[in-house]
Amino acid sequence: MEFAFTEEQQMIRDTAESFFADVSDSEAVRKAMATETGYDETVWQQLCQELYLQAITIPEDIGGMGLGFVELVAVMEQMGRHVACAPYFSTVCMAGNGLLLAGTEEQKAEYLGRILEGKTATLAFTADGDWTADGVRATFRKDGDNYVLNGGYRYVIDGHTADFLLLAAREEGSSGADGIALFVVEGDTNNIGRQWLPTMDQTRKQAAITLDNVTVPAGALLADNAADTLAKILDLASIALAAEQVGGAQEVLDQTVAYTRERVQFNRPVASFQSVKHKAADMMTRVEAARSAVYYAACIAQEALEKGPMADELQEAASIAKGNASEAYFKNAGDAIQLHGGVGFTWEYDVHLYFKRAKASELYLGNAAFHRERLAAKLLDGVES
Amino acid sequence: MKLSFSAEDEKFREEVAGWLKENLTGEFAKLKFRGGPGDEHMFPEERKAWEQKLAEGGWTCVGWPKEYGGRGCSIEQQVIFFEEYARAGAPGRVGHIGEGLTGPTLIAFGSDEQKAKYLPGIVKGTELWCQGYSEPGAGSDLANVKTRARFDEEKGKWIINGQKVWTSLAHESDYCFVIARTDPDSVKHKGLGFFLVKMDQPGIDVKPIQQLTGTSEFNEVFFDDAECDAADIVGKPGDGWKVAMGLLGFERGVSTLGQQMQFQNELDDVIKAAKANGAANDPVIRQRIARAHEGLKIMRYNSMRTLSGSNDGSLQKEALMYKLYWATWHRDLGELAMDVLGAEAEILPEGPYELSRLQSMYLFVRSDTIYGGTNQIQRNIIAERGLGMPKEPKVTIKPE
Repeated sequence: MEFAFTEEQQMIRDTAESFFADVSDSEAVRKAMATETGYDETVWQQLCQELYLQAITIPEDIGGMGLGFVELVAVMEQMGRHVACAPYFSTVCMAGNGLLLAGTEEQKAEYLGRILEGKTATLAFTADGDWTADGVRATFRKDGDNYVLNGGYRYVIDGHTADFLLLAAREEGSSGADGIALFVVEGDTNNIGRQWLPTMDQTRKQAAITLDNVTVPAGALLADNAADTLAKILDLASIALAAEQVGGAQEVLDQTVAYTRERVQFNRPVASFQSVKHKAADMMTRVEAARSAVYYAACIAQEALEKGPMADELQEAASIAKGNASEAYFKNAGDAIQLHGGVGFTWEYDVHLYFKRAKASELYLGNAAFHRERLAAKLLDGVES
Repeated sequence: MKLSFSAEDEKFREEVAGWLKENLTGEFAKLKFRGGPGDEHMFPEERKAWEQKLAEGGWTCVGWPKEYGGRGCSIEQQVIFFEEYARAGAPGRVGHIGEGLTGPTLIAFGSDEQKAKYLPGIVKGTELWCQGYSEPGAGSDLANVKTRARFDEEKGKWIINGQKVWTSLAHESDYCFVIARTDPDSVKHKGLGFFLVKMDQPGIDVKPIQQLTGTSEFNEVFFDDAECDAADIVGKPGDGWKVAMGLLGFERGVSTLGQQMQFQNELDDVIKAAKANGAANDPVIRQRIARAHEGLKIMRYNSMRTLSGSNDGSLQKEALMYKLYWATWHRDLGELAMDVLGAEAEILPEGPYELSRLQSMYLFVRSDTIYGGTNQIQRNIIAERGLGMPKEPKVTIKPE
């Protein structure tokens, strides 16, 4: 048992830390978030070509780095610290992991190969904020050798800009876990409508996608009977997102400590008041608890990718990580505004960027209550939800 | 990062589990799941005998170095030992203060003579220890110790006067380690000494404290010209605070994993009760049970990080928050247990004041957020040591 980063993992974390500190300062974030695409293409290409961070979990035989989920989590944590604006979560943590789990060798080589080249992608699955794999609403039917897709999606991360899309759809007339399939299609495929949805958190973009008799060839099918696979993809995405949330929860704590040490009232730094210190101590307790949950879940995610002996813990580990990280980030960001006092309420200070990202991330892929109900069902009803 | 244990360690796990299965039988069978917090007053004689049984099997002081009679187990093996011990329902250890606190302190700070004199009794499970830290005026403000130790040249002994409080197992113990003021003019953490004191002597009087549970695990200990041999001060007069703080450092560590297994047993009881009476269908109760489950998992992950040396840039800050986290979690579990049981929670198994296991737990956990540093003190420690926030400015208010 060794529950700590290896030297190599530490190195990747440090590389990511200095990169995002450099390219994702307050000015860069504000510039990117004001655009409809939501990111700086030059920085994205730098991330892909120079740091090769999009390649972490992609196998070496395809040209990736062949590293594991722990390395991915280390990078996501640093992106969270800097509310980095990049299509990384959508491309790598949703579409990339989706391809790893659902794609044939040929599909992996082609589409993961394009991710390695710096292309972007995302996964569309929910129409109404039902985060379970069974909740897919979009449909498909077979038409000769082709498939015809109908329906639509909301809350698709970077859905309006992604070069290609992973789509979850269910066979017409199916229900529950039956009949769910995953497809991969080009973003500009005929009859796919893509609409940017302006969001309260401007640092990560969302889109609505409509499918109006979209005809795709047989080769676009990644996997059928794919409810379990989709559930796994969503669990992996939840763990990656939780890592980003831990980074954000840590950063708002650090900013709060720095600010309260400088801010003087009643002739003393406000950080010396116990009411302030105790709030900060609770912030640290939350973030360390969530971090432990995320690191554990990252190890389990790796097991799931390798089909290791602890792979069946994935759903539980993902729920514990996502629930705790969601709560930690949002509460910490709220406390950070409070402890910054008046300036925390301004547009000029960065705290509101974190506060908004925290709520958006909490709501995406299920909040703490959603994940606790999943755990409760397992503990109390004896069924996997 | 790697979560699994080596094959060798898994073999060790089987060895521990096998020994416990074979030996926690016969006269010891009734000790299963007994003697934990809130139940420490139960079966003292049988649990003393159990200590010696453990010692015969080589299962006391498993983490101590072999040269001091320990088993020299690796961190992983200690984790495994404590997990299996609790999983088997083996009883609360009456020897835990000697094994977990006195021993490591003497190994770190004691003289060769002290090691030779005291360590074997701890390893054999024949000599029990209690802890003389808190006083009526020295709770959170531990350095405000008033108990005095004066060296009597004629007798060649230290003479101790004063009062300790919240001393668990004092009435069962052979020895007590005591911090007392060696320099009568000193204040706070200066001028203290750390003494190893024999309990069976005329100058010591033990009075049990009846707690809100109705039971008495804690005691007051009165020192009235109690004597301590010159050789039984650890370090020099004035070193007491350094030794005492070193000792507090030993309190965190692998034994926390065993504590978590006890918590798991309690949570399992709560879940069983919720399934039995239908509370498991209440959406609010479901959320709280899930939260309790994940809190316990996180405690385990935290301990694993701490024990692995936490090479992730967070400087083992997770160790600082451990007490606050578990104490708050346990208090919440007590409240959850009663809310799961509903109206039936009020009804005692027997009069006049016999508590069920969950009732006893619910009441006892109110002490968890107080002893060993209150939640408020823990938050100060986290903020000051973990986050580098400044201390509260000192103010002196003279008592009336």
